[in-house]
Amino acid sequence: MTEAVLDRPAPGDKTAGGDAAPRRRDRRATLLELSGVSVSFDGFRAINNLSFQIGEPELRAVIGPNGAGKTTFMDIVTGKTRPDTGRVTWGERNVSLLKMSESRIAREGIGRKFQKPTVFEAQTVRENLAMALRNPRGPLDVLLHRKSAAGARRIEEVAHEIGLAEHLPRIAGELSHGQKQWLEIGMLLAQDPRLLLVDEPAAGMTPAEREHTTDLLKRLAERHAVVVVEHDMEFVRRLDCKVTVLHEGSVLAEGSLDHVTANPQVIEVYLGR
Amino acid sequence: MIRSLVRDTPSIPWFLGILAAFCLGVTLLSEATGTGALSTSFVKTLGKTLCLCLVAIAMDVVWGYCGILSLGHMAFFGLGGYAIGMWLMYARTEIIVAESLASATIPPTPQEVEDAIATQIFGVVGSNEFPWLWAFADSFVLQLAMVVLVPGLLALVFGWLAFRSRVTGVYLSILTQAMTLALSLYLFQNDSGLRGNNGLSGLQNLPGLGAVPQSVVSITFFWASALALAAGYLLFAWVVSGKMGSVIRGIRDDEARVRFLGYHVEGFKLFVFTLTAIVAGLAGALYYPQAGIINPAEIAPIASIYLAVWVAIGGRGRLYGAAIGAAFVSLLSSWFTGGGAPDIDLGIYEIRWTDWWLVLLGLSFVLVTLYAPKGIGGLVDLIAERRAPRRTGDVGPDAGALRKTEAAE
Repeated sequence: MTEAVLDRPAPGDKTAGGDAAPRRRDRRATLLELSGVSVSFDGFRAINNLSFQIGEPELRAVIGPNGAGKTTFMDIVTGKTRPDTGRVTWGERNVSLLKMSESRIAREGIGRKFQKPTVFEAQTVRENLAMALRNPRGPLDVLLHRKSAAGARRIEEVAHEIGLAEHLPRIAGELSHGQKQWLEIGMLLAQDPRLLLVDEPAAGMTPAEREHTTDLLKRLAERHAVVVVEHDMEFVRRLDCKVTVLHEGSVLAEGSLDHVTANPQVIEVYLGR
Repeated sequence: MIRSLVRDTPSIPWFLGILAAFCLGVTLLSEATGTGALSTSFVKTLGKTLCLCLVAIAMDVVWGYCGILSLGHMAFFGLGGYAIGMWLMYARTEIIVAESLASATIPPTPQEVEDAIATQIFGVVGSNEFPWLWAFADSFVLQLAMVVLVPGLLALVFGWLAFRSRVTGVYLSILTQAMTLALSLYLFQNDSGLRGNNGLSGLQNLPGLGAVPQSVVSITFFWASALALAAGYLLFAWVVSGKMGSVIRGIRDDEARVRFLGYHVEGFKLFVFTLTAIVAGLAGALYYPQAGIINPAEIAPIASIYLAVWVAIGGRGRLYGAAIGAAFVSLLSSWFTGGGAPDIDLGIYEIRWTDWWLVLLGLSFVLVTLYAPKGIGGLVDLIAERRAPRRTGDVGPDAGALRKTEAAE
């Protein structure tokens, strides 16, 4: 990815102009940057010299065939996997994420929704949301935590947004697959991260729910950086955002959906086998 | 705060009420304060049982709630006992030595007194000097601090090393067991400074209270144990309710997910491990003066395995379940092994319970694990359900994990 592409204003930013001020804002807007990142598992190169940048706010879809390294990419950003080489920098001050623990990275403001819904099944919907709620995370803070009216209000808001307002006292394990997906999205909302990594949000959802999800993601992307990993091209088209195509661990193409789907290499990767 | 705690943990008034009634009953039947229907030794057994309930509750928090199957909590219990035992032994020997030296024509120097005490205590392991471990043994306050500090620091250092390396599950259990085994093997040595396999004895004789009959001592310790159990129950009910409980149970069910929510999982585990180790130490400090003797066998891994068995039979993931399990199994155990249970003559073979009790215990542990994972505490659910049907479902440590595996399929 070149500087020129990056310096283009993010979608939704209509203030692009020739003067210096917006450009400074653009530069400040780069939230996450991966450069030259490689990682292998037992000789298999899952990520190969990957470079990736996302600004704030921005909505980005990451697509690619199975094994393209989409999940490994998320694992690297969230600290689950340490890359063999390369840099991962974050925020205004370009701090490296590579030396931080998973929990520290999450506290820095990177939230993740997993492909398979992972909620705490033995606990109620409310407890799940309360745990995600943005509050001090130290053991003592948590031990001395008192439930606040503001916190309860925020939980109600999120529950309303994800359509689980009536299900707050229920045990999360009883929810349907789709509801668990929503709950996990809700936990992401409650966490209020700066960067949201969303892995296949629409899996197992009805068409109406998919539409709701697209709306929600687009709305979130007005203020946050959102990376959506998705298989479903129709879903990606509705997101109407810049698309990054991953293949064999590196970026194959980047641009609008029409632009990348016109790319012969992308066609070959997707249809050629 | 108390109101919300009781709302979150409805078992608190029940548990405290039953405990208070039990204490009242024992007091009215004891030799010192009541009719004398209960012998002093039985009051001591009951007091010890309350201490076991307390350490079982701690075990339940660390295992049933946080998912760390520690096989080291009886070691912390034993360390608490050793810490208080050192003072008890020192102070009592000091009084005896002072009496015997008082008749000497020349008043003894402090050094002579100390040497005499050392010879008294360590003669049995062929030494007449105080090891460095006993530096604070003459101070009740400092040894009381050791009851908290020694198990607490050991748990803190051990837990920090283990959790930081992300050792989990059965490997962590093996590691805790190795720690326990190493500690007991060390204490078995005569030059460990704690009298080797002789251990510390005569702990039931409180220094300076020689005139007080054991019946009074026993009921006093019984009450102290009951108070400690009540306080421990409240403390742990507070810890496992609310947001802390939510995070702890989250760690049990899906540690990685909690981490991605921004919680420093290792810190939480360390907090739970250390807090429960300290409570175990305090429980041990109340237990061993009632038992009268402590030796390294009490710290051996088998003791911690028993603790896990009590909690499993009583019901993991509920505090009262652990307490019920500890009381039920340990009292039953002393009934069977004490010859209370009548032997069964099968004609060709006579079942002697003193030999067969462990087999019975092992069998019931397997059966409970397989067919009644909620343990004895699960019976409470049956009663509660009859009174008011539960609408929340039952997804405890086992069912929750089951659903997770089902979801993964």
